[in-house]
Amino acid sequence: MKKKLRLCLQLLLSFMKIGVVTFGGGYAMIPIIENETSKKRKWINGDDLLEVVAISESTPGPIAICAASFIGFKTAGVLGAFFATLGVVLPSFVIIYIISLLLSNFAQLDVVKYAFTGIRAGVLALIVKAVVSMFKKAPQDTLAYVIMALSFALVVLFSTNVLIIVISSAVVGIIASYIAKKRGKTL
Amino acid sequence: MMTYLILFLEFFKIGAFTFGGGYAMIPFIQETVLKHEWLTNQQLIDFIAVSESTPGAFAVNISTYVGSQTGAEAGGFWGGLFGAFCATTGVVLPAFLIILLIAKIYEKFKENNGVKGAMYGLKSTVVGLIGAAVISIALEVLFSTTLSGIFTNGFPVAVFSTSVFWFSLVVFAVMLFLILYKKISPIIIIGISAALGIGAGYAGII
Repeated sequence: MKKKLRLCLQLLLSFMKIGVVTFGGGYAMIPIIENETSKKRKWINGDDLLEVVAISESTPGPIAICAASFIGFKTAGVLGAFFATLGVVLPSFVIIYIISLLLSNFAQLDVVKYAFTGIRAGVLALIVKAVVSMFKKAPQDTLAYVIMALSFALVVLFSTNVLIIVISSAVVGIIASYIAKKRGKTL
Repeated sequence: MMTYLILFLEFFKIGAFTFGGGYAMIPFIQETVLKHEWLTNQQLIDFIAVSESTPGAFAVNISTYVGSQTGAEAGGFWGGLFGAFCATTGVVLPAFLIILLIAKIYEKFKENNGVKGAMYGLKSTVVGLIGAAVISIALEVLFSTTLSGIFTNGFPVAVFSTSVFWFSLVVFAVMLFLILYKKISPIIIIGISAALGIGAGYAGII
């Protein structure tokens, strides 16, 4: 029991460190998670870490949360998952909470207003880049292109509920995969 | 109390139905914060920049921020803290629970035909959904308007004669080039954009 508690404390601290040093989140966190949990601590080996990334992609939620829960669970059960997840969330939570108290005061300053006029244009570029990389990772066939185009058009032209589109796309994908399987092919 | 429950439930939904994390979450988050008037489109864009410049996952950052702002309106300092707690717990919980459920059976889960099919659909739709988010963000950044604004009032042609429009367009084009072809990291992009904005502001251009 004592050993397990110490393990949980290590998980908490390691994932806090991961939460502090990764900017931007998402895939940027993977090399740092690898360094901390696989190279330094030997909680998980390199191949399993690749599995973690694959699983994070096919389960909902932020990648950092999925990875923390998974590695924590493998290392020290449910309690381990809890402490690892708490660790990865805590730094963001504290930092953003402090920022939320200050941001409205800063927003009035001329220099901040000017900065954000530039920053908004930069953020637009970042999101365009996100579309490009998501497109590269997406399946490349007619059905996939139809899903992309329809999802885009439904939101832009009819403001369709995003949740409905997400669920319908998953259902279409499942149906298509079973049809493909019956014909002896894969998607 | 309703405010906190709504924060928890809305962010739980976001956590439960967005796959891939990061920017893949923007369309759903955008729809939710606009619907409840928690943030304006412009505040959301500003916050994406703040989130890129601070550590941690985007979903956690934005849930903490929206939760604290909304909670503080309803209940002051402690309301803000509790609101941040509710929203962040909401966004984290689905991933946490699902990983606990599938951690033992993940080999089978990953190879399951239905799971693969669902991923096929999800990876495709997210491209279209973020594409739609790009349109609404571009309209906000470049034209200070929305799609429904264009449908009702027509295209804001007057924008073309403002220097802010041309400034934003140039910054956007240069930054896009730097990200796509020079692989410059997001935080540097935001730093350069901010510096250009400050420079142009004090030079009296914008």
